[in-house]
Amino acid sequence: MKRIVGLAAGVLALCAIVLADNALLINGAGATFPYPIYSKWFDVYHTKNPNFQFNYQSVGSGAGIKQVTEGTVDFGATDGPMNDDQLKAFQEKRGSAILHFPTVLGADVPTYNIAGVSTALNFTPEALAGIFLGKVTKWNDPAIASANKGVNLPAADIVVVHRSDGSGTTYIWTDYLSKVSEEWKSKVGKGTSVNWPVGLGGKGNEGVTGLVKQTPDSIGYVELIYAVQNNIPYGSVKNSSGNFVKADLASVTAAAAGAAKAMPDDFRVSITDAPGKTAYPISSFTWLLIPQKFQDAGKRDAIKGFLNWMLGEGQNSVETLSYAKLPKEVVEKEKKAIDNIQ
Amino acid sequence: MATTTTALKGAGPVSGSRSFFMKLRDGDEIARLITLLFATTVVLITLALVWELWVNSALPRQKFGFHFFVTSVWDPIIDQYGALPFIYGTMVTSAVALLIAVPLGIGAAIFLAELAPPRVSDILQFFIDLLAAVPSVIYGLLGVFIIVPLMRTVIYPALNQPFGYLPIFKGPSYGVGFMTAGIVLAIMVIPYIISVSREVLLSVPRDQREAALALGSTRWESTWKVVVPFAKTGIMGSIFLALARALGETMAVTMVIGNTPKIAASLFAPGYSIAAVIANEFTEATGDLYLQSLIALGLVLFLLTFILNGLARLLIVVTTQKGSEVGG
Repeated sequence: MKRIVGLAAGVLALCAIVLADNALLINGAGATFPYPIYSKWFDVYHTKNPNFQFNYQSVGSGAGIKQVTEGTVDFGATDGPMNDDQLKAFQEKRGSAILHFPTVLGADVPTYNIAGVSTALNFTPEALAGIFLGKVTKWNDPAIASANKGVNLPAADIVVVHRSDGSGTTYIWTDYLSKVSEEWKSKVGKGTSVNWPVGLGGKGNEGVTGLVKQTPDSIGYVELIYAVQNNIPYGSVKNSSGNFVKADLASVTAAAAGAAKAMPDDFRVSITDAPGKTAYPISSFTWLLIPQKFQDAGKRDAIKGFLNWMLGEGQNSVETLSYAKLPKEVVEKEKKAIDNIQ
Repeated sequence: MATTTTALKGAGPVSGSRSFFMKLRDGDEIARLITLLFATTVVLITLALVWELWVNSALPRQKFGFHFFVTSVWDPIIDQYGALPFIYGTMVTSAVALLIAVPLGIGAAIFLAELAPPRVSDILQFFIDLLAAVPSVIYGLLGVFIIVPLMRTVIYPALNQPFGYLPIFKGPSYGVGFMTAGIVLAIMVIPYIISVSREVLLSVPRDQREAALALGSTRWESTWKVVVPFAKTGIMGSIFLALARALGETMAVTMVIGNTPKIAASLFAPGYSIAAVIANEFTEATGDLYLQSLIALGLVLFLLTFILNGLARLLIVVTTQKGSEVGG
């Protein structure tokens, strides 16, 4: 009996806390890739500013765009920028524009499993495009071997593994291949899901990793963060300056800095194959999608406050979660853009 | 709530109002109305489901029409969608699953119901019921970590070397594919077949067995020639329950099928199923046509289940002309 009374008291106390916590609730939905850092940011921001509570659902970039367009959430988030049709649809439905705000950076890395090869391989853009188009079919093909002198590559058939679920990771990978290969651009194109010429599909980063680990002579692509956190070996990729670069936080930020000079005012920019000697070529921003006009002034100010905090103090904590920081130039430009939110 | 009130009104009693109130006082009429309401809900939910799927898949119906069923390009970039590889994959994996699960399941059920000591039977039944309750993602993991390597190192060489000239066993194996998915599905549906078949076999009247034995048949003869035919309808029912689960299974299939929308004769080739592609692509389906094509696939799966169930009913009606009503 005592236990029940205690339990009831506990439940009542919890209810009291929940009821007392009448913070302004701001809802968002979208990309899964930045979810760990977003949930950390929103949590820290709430403890610092108890008046605002951000609630983020990682339902996928596509669903995020859809929900913010329908107006069921206050802001969205995406790994690939919205295209012109989507911007137009938003304008028509909501009567105002939508703004893109880069938050952190991510990258895709090639991971492989070849019997007897334990060194990190070098991949040229031609080799990657050839493999994923199904034209380079053996590991000892000159396209791969010429960049890996001294590595004893077998004459085995290459098994390609890609994502089966729609994903920002796939968007970045296919965006890169579209830039480096005309044939890829015309035959396949870029998107969160594409019609793959060859290969097996794995669900999520873990599905791709599992298939690569289990299938001899296979190659796939995963997010850099996933590869780092799970100690998955991955190869280097040749960038636009001709250097083979292994992805890490510094080389990803370098890619963003290389692209920052040509940053358009709406921040919708692809930084794959970016210029810069140390830039990693398969990198990308991830964006928050904020409507330009808010009906509710309280929500508007809360979001503006959060964006300012995210670009300042918030950036300091991203590297602990293996995300690459925004370069300074981009941060400055974004701070000015916050004023456009009305 | 509006639908429930109309259902209540429509379901009014046939008899006059006086006796209606009399019955209401007894409580019988209340019980009848409430249970009728529950039964009607099931029908209403099904109809609402079909309606939603139909309305939300108008775009692909207008754009592709019948071609949706017979083309095999699935390309979100150029907005071209064809359902054939998914329909093919769903049917092939389910067929493989049933080919494996039916003999195994019915054999096990016969042993448990007829030959095993009752105590052993009850204990085993407990474990079988447990298997039926395991979430499908667990079976998917089992597939990824045990069946896929086994497929590559044992099953593939064993079938490809002697029978490689047959189209269904040709070509390389990546470990994942139609057959792997079929095997995982078979493991998942066997408990259903055993459970239901055993119950049906146990409910065959004792006289039937005793009569057969009295006529001088052996124990196996009485089981195979008398008890099993008697319980045929119920056993069929268990198989269709298994088929329904195999057709709609999502998680376990997507983990081991290879997720490649291609039609291949070889069972070792990777493929795709309807439920798997919906689960994989729904969250990131951005265009209207893309999203609606996925919903149209849902409708196709519904139709497929509906048609196969209809055929099953027909089969039961035809084959039970001389059978029995047990478990029907």
